[in-house]
Amino acid sequence: MTRTGFVVANLFRKRVRTILTLLSVIMAFLLFGLLQSVNSVFSSGADFVGATRLFVQARVSFTTSLPLSMVPKLEAIPGVTHVAYQQWFGGVWQTNTPLIMFTLDPQRYHDVYPEWKMPEAQWQAFEQTRTGLIVGRQLANQYGWKVGQKIPISSNIWPQKNGSKAWAFDLVGIFDGKDEDWQKRTNLAFIQQDYFDEANQFGIKGRTNFFILKLAEGANAEAISRTVDAMFENSPDETKTQTEKDFNISFVKQIGDIGLMVRWILFAVFFTLLLVVGNTMAQSVRERIPELAVLKTLGFSDGSIFGFVLAEAFALVLAGGLVGLVLASLAGALVEKATGGQFLLELDASVWLLGVAAIVLMSLAVGLLPALRARRLEIVDALAGR
Amino acid sequence: MSEPMVQVHNVTKVYERGKQKIEVLHGLTLEIPQGDFVALMGPSGSGKTTLLNLIGGLDKPTAGEITVGGQRIDQLGSGQLANWRAHNVGFVFQFYNLMPVLTAEGNVELPLLLTKLSGAQRRKNVAVALEVVGLSDRAKHKPRELSGGQEQRVAIARALVSDPQLLVCDEPTGDLDRKTADEILGLLQVLNREHGKTIVIVTHDPKAAEFARRTLHLEKGQLLEQAA
Repeated sequence: MTRTGFVVANLFRKRVRTILTLLSVIMAFLLFGLLQSVNSVFSSGADFVGATRLFVQARVSFTTSLPLSMVPKLEAIPGVTHVAYQQWFGGVWQTNTPLIMFTLDPQRYHDVYPEWKMPEAQWQAFEQTRTGLIVGRQLANQYGWKVGQKIPISSNIWPQKNGSKAWAFDLVGIFDGKDEDWQKRTNLAFIQQDYFDEANQFGIKGRTNFFILKLAEGANAEAISRTVDAMFENSPDETKTQTEKDFNISFVKQIGDIGLMVRWILFAVFFTLLLVVGNTMAQSVRERIPELAVLKTLGFSDGSIFGFVLAEAFALVLAGGLVGLVLASLAGALVEKATGGQFLLELDASVWLLGVAAIVLMSLAVGLLPALRARRLEIVDALAGR
Repeated sequence: MSEPMVQVHNVTKVYERGKQKIEVLHGLTLEIPQGDFVALMGPSGSGKTTLLNLIGGLDKPTAGEITVGGQRIDQLGSGQLANWRAHNVGFVFQFYNLMPVLTAEGNVELPLLLTKLSGAQRRKNVAVALEVVGLSDRAKHKPRELSGGQEQRVAIARALVSDPQLLVCDEPTGDLDRKTADEILGLLQVLNREHGKTIVIVTHDPKAAEFARRTLHLEKGQLLEQAA
């Protein structure tokens, strides 16, 4: 027998209670892992995109459109090499599978986003085909789409002039990302702005949700942002210009402050866990006061007794925490697989690090008071049941 | 029986219960030679268990000196006292106080976790201790699978395993029937006579006291002989 063996044996003296407590720890850390992954998906804003592109949207909201007539003015700003634009299409595949789909000018977009890799012939086909559609590799793989197919897609925003929400596009290209990070984002679909302008029922023409400015090497992104916003100040189309990363973050935050929501949910989960595990530990020590006194009688020091109780708390939270985080990894992988890679729920190193920190803090929080109580036990009083 | 194993000199013990102060021992003096087997008897509240706790280093006197095996234990700090107990004294309680989650051999091995012995050496010592108390065949059993007498034998093996010279036993047969009690007391007698252990037991039972070499009577915190 070892001291570790003794700690584990004590942990399972009330098997059912320990298993139930362990399950609550597992559930808490499973939630922690998944929610932290969601949080990092929503807050990372794709660090790898850098600051070589600026996004220009209407100052009020990016749902308010801006006129394409702004393009020449934006192109004339020193430091801006190319200008592209994107309009949200609200595409839906089959009955209810939403697609991340935009209308755009193919050549302009190609100039601004060299990170998307597609044969030049397919870029040309996209430019020349009015009903052309290009999609990322993930999307194509997920639905088994092949170049040359006609893809029926409806829009939950834009009906056609004939009133139908069902649109049909010719798949003319499938693009990849330049590296692993970009490849993970190939869940996008793009169609021609010109076709959209002509065919939509509302007569929306020559307008877009936002412009993307590609900057020259070494250009001062902050100064250009200020220049753009100053240029359209006090006009009917006031702008808000930000880096691509900041834009991505604000885009996902339209459904709320995910980080704040996640923090509150986790606070509630861990607070409950604190009560559950803390109660288990306190009860476990209370039940064993004579036994702890006997250990002290045999010569175990106050520090050893403190260590035994804290080690029990740590073992309980560590076992539950690690199992919970591993399950969260598996669940994340399942979600990623089920969504064809559109929703990347992977537990990266930062989530694991946070998880380990949470395990240590939780162990201390639930184990410290019972351990101190055990440490302070007076042998004579404890043996006499006082 | 020559060198004193235990020397208690002018010891007073006062307990504080809330605002009340209770003086349990009043200037008690006592010597127990090495190899002695002493039974402490007396009515409830006479201070028997308090004296036993002081001799075993579980508690400290309010005043006076206690020397065990040449060591002034009343001057030791809490950590030093724990270490001293681990190496110099074995304890046997009325209700055995075994760890229910451990087997008999696990319980006996517990004190050895405080030593630097290897796992193999620990297991060997445990086997010897269980052999001495005649429980080798019950080594893998947990306390709930043992009778009261067997549990007390395991407790004695646990007290013996680190080979202390002093055994202190608080009502070791208080929870046992006569026959089993006599077996346990016979075992203690063997440990005293054949293994040279100094033994101090607290008991209410005159028949149990008969197994000791001598009996000391306490009353109101003083030895009767001393009071006389």
